[in-house]
Amino acid sequence: MFRNVAAIYLHLAGLLQRKKAGTSLTRCLHQTFAMAKRLQARRLDGIDHNPWALEPGSPVPVTVKHAPPDFASQLCSQQLRDSGQVTSLFEPQQFQRVEFSRMASEYDVVNLGQGFPDFPPPDFAVQAFQLALSSDFMLNQYTKAFGYPPLTEILASFFGKLLGQEIDPLKNVLVTVGAYGALFTAFQALVDEGDEVIIIEPFFDCYEPMTLMAGGRPVFVTLKLSPTQDGELDSASNWQLDPTELASKFTSRTKALVLNTPNNPLGKVFSEAELELVASLCQQHDVICISDEVYQWLVYDGHQHISIASLPGMWERTLTIGSAGKSFSATGWKVGWALGPDRLLKHLRTVHQNTIYHCPTQGQAAVAQSFQHEQAHFGQASSYFVQLPEAVLRSRDHMVRSLQSVGLRPVIPQGSYFLIADISDFKSKMPDLPGDAEEPYDSRFVKWMIRNKGLAAIPASIFYSMPHRKHFDHYVRFCFVKDESTLQAMDEKLQRWKTELRP
Amino acid sequence: MFLAQRRLCSLDSRAKFLKTIYSSKILGLPASAMSLKITNAKRIEGLDSNVWVEFTKLAADPSVVNLGQGLPDISPPVYVKEKLSKIAAIDSLNQYTRGFGHPSLVKALACLYEKFYQNQINPNKEILVTVGAYGSLFNAIQGLIDKGDEVIIIMPFYDCYEPMVRMAGATPVFIPLRSKPVDGKRWSSSDWTLDPQELASKFNSKTKAIILNTPHNPIGKVYTKEELQVIADLCIKNDTLCISDEVYEWLVYTGNKHLKIATFPGMWERTITIGSAGKTFSVTGWKLGWSIGPNHLIKHLQTVQQNSVYTCATPLQEALAQAFWIDIKRMDDPECYFNSLPKELEVKRDRMVHLLESLGLKPIVPDGGYFIIADVSLLDADLSDMKDSNEPYDYKFVKWMTKNKKLSAIPVSAFCNEETKLQFEKFVRFCFIKKDSTLDAAEEIIKAWIRQKS
Repeated sequence: MFRNVAAIYLHLAGLLQRKKAGTSLTRCLHQTFAMAKRLQARRLDGIDHNPWALEPGSPVPVTVKHAPPDFASQLCSQQLRDSGQVTSLFEPQQFQRVEFSRMASEYDVVNLGQGFPDFPPPDFAVQAFQLALSSDFMLNQYTKAFGYPPLTEILASFFGKLLGQEIDPLKNVLVTVGAYGALFTAFQALVDEGDEVIIIEPFFDCYEPMTLMAGGRPVFVTLKLSPTQDGELDSASNWQLDPTELASKFTSRTKALVLNTPNNPLGKVFSEAELELVASLCQQHDVICISDEVYQWLVYDGHQHISIASLPGMWERTLTIGSAGKSFSATGWKVGWALGPDRLLKHLRTVHQNTIYHCPTQGQAAVAQSFQHEQAHFGQASSYFVQLPEAVLRSRDHMVRSLQSVGLRPVIPQGSYFLIADISDFKSKMPDLPGDAEEPYDSRFVKWMIRNKGLAAIPASIFYSMPHRKHFDHYVRFCFVKDESTLQAMDEKLQRWKTELRP
Repeated sequence: MFLAQRRLCSLDSRAKFLKTIYSSKILGLPASAMSLKITNAKRIEGLDSNVWVEFTKLAADPSVVNLGQGLPDISPPVYVKEKLSKIAAIDSLNQYTRGFGHPSLVKALACLYEKFYQNQINPNKEILVTVGAYGSLFNAIQGLIDKGDEVIIIMPFYDCYEPMVRMAGATPVFIPLRSKPVDGKRWSSSDWTLDPQELASKFNSKTKAIILNTPHNPIGKVYTKEELQVIADLCIKNDTLCISDEVYEWLVYTGNKHLKIATFPGMWERTITIGSAGKTFSVTGWKLGWSIGPNHLIKHLQTVQQNSVYTCATPLQEALAQAFWIDIKRMDDPECYFNSLPKELEVKRDRMVHLLESLGLKPIVPDGGYFIIADVSLLDADLSDMKDSNEPYDYKFVKWMTKNKKLSAIPVSAFCNEETKLQFEKFVRFCFIKKDSTLDAAEEIIKAWIRQKS
């Protein structure tokens, strides 16, 4: 009865609004819709809000990047004309502060927060994309659901060699919409209600909500810092798992462990010994390893990226996830993949065919062509997978040097294109920065730095589970996969900052 | 107590160890191959089979004239290809864009659809760009349908609706479109209708949504105002949502008009309307689609998006936006692709109707979409050599036709649920968004077939 009354009310209210709409062409964005039954699915509980987003209803003033052509002003409503809004490029992280991006664009800021390159992909990759667009027009149509054949074939042969494994392009490879899409497909395929998923902190923030959406329970284990000598800069390799603690996290309900090496945000490259520890526990407890290896080419200082799937006994229980976006500095192509045994991949294929079914064809063709290039140049100086880490290493070292000049203490990463910098000195010297009641220090620091020093970064505490954030609120994450001009602009800001430091 | 526990623990792990070795020894398998609680999540149980995987493989033989999968073999409009090719050269468009939709694209979509909704559409809050319309369906169902909910699906249905509803833990409730051919009159998709009382009986307190597809795949039905009003009234009365799959919205033929149920009174607030770049611009491989609706619904689709793919490919979205601006500028012009494509396809439709009739079939003339279905039992084909007698008639027929006539199609019972496959098992679906040479080849096959029959 109540439901019918509510429905009738809505019907009438709708009619009234339509009538009003006829006169003024406006519709209230916040009209109430009181469905008697629960509206959104329960699987969205706890993962629906971006805790850092602006309040609903408030406009997001952001930088104009791609304004529509002029004639749009004649064709569209006043609201669209007046909105003048186009968005700055967002980073695909769950907790990316929309607010930080907004601030970064409002103030004159060098943005070292956004985690993607501000330089173009290599020429051969751009050409590969252009070729995909201008050759066979049938590339504008659907391809094979589980991956464009030339791409799955090259991925199979390229990674088969690296993993020391016979990889079948049809059974052991799935192409996805970015590595993000591969992660989602894996969680949906394999994590069930009540399953536990071990996540190593600090973690790329999507792992937690993806676990929750699949009905799973995230179990966190933190990389702990071994103390360094005074005066020495910290290294990401000093951040380690306590074997006993890690072992204690495995229970009979543990379904999967998520490994990210090289790690975002820390830049840690897990050593063989560390991987063997994880591997032995996974085997002992019969657990699947979801290995996020998107930064696999970005390793420095003689460190080696090791895929855990190549360790004995691990291929059959590991999903190895990779990214064309990170490999070829083309994050906007959104092409990723999952490699693994058929008995795991078949379940990912089931999810894939019931979620998006196909990935865009041309991006896949471009990636296939790009991998052909890399296969031909593998291990040589001309390989992008050699050149990119060399170039990014220089950027890393540049940033490490520069940040120290103002008292930031970077933790040297062995891999990825991120580093975190210790801001403890600032925390002790200026503990009372403005911010919300419960806001962690690193978040207040970042805001202060944007407003006053013209540099943007990301608070590291967002890469931690809620209860642990307060223990890690003295780090901020910087991204160094940036053009030389960006790093020079960073230097200018830091030089000014240095002059403003109290003696 | 502690010692006892420890002993139990070690006994337990030893037992587990022995159990693993012992059972693997029995089966002669290496220890590592056993065990593995590599069990799939329950949500995908029973959803692994897929008609397309089977039939596209069958039609992949280049000597087969493929009128099966709904994939255009005509070229997309030149300006669409040109836009994309220019965009690849712009650096910033190779990096991530806004997760819920590239700004210039959502603006173009808002501008276009405002004309139909007679209301402003907020590009950031009322539009979501997804990986194809398929992705919009997934986001809508995952965002709004819960375990234990019921969702009404009209049969025959685009085959993903059922597994997506099941994957969300909900129960699909089916209702068939019904018709009989009328002597002396050409059978039309508009002859296929829902019985209003039967439809009303499908709604109950658990019904969360109804999925509407207009123009309809596979029949080609374009729902009339009256038919949509019946559905709208039931949605409002029963407080349910409507997921309206309108991917073929531009493909309506003379005498028909595509209507958006979301524009009916009381419906905007409870409807998600889904569109497709692939079907709009004949670029199915771009895999871009969109959902349009009120923010209180769209926000839940956006939540699914930020936890699944996060963002769609940038260069494709920008190219699509630019293609849209070209056609938005000339909506009344016959050159506008939204006008020229249906004109082009109507000719192909009529040709297909004629061809199928010449073979002695009674095709159902579609009012929209780019598919046509026909009852093939009239051909009385000899399917005795097709093994696997468990399969419905149309599966066997399509396999036989692909093998013996080198012409492929899709069995319509693939668009039905298990229990009702028999209702549509005599029907086969042909796709006609094909270039003339493909239709010429089909015509040759059919002419030879006719000669063989006589």
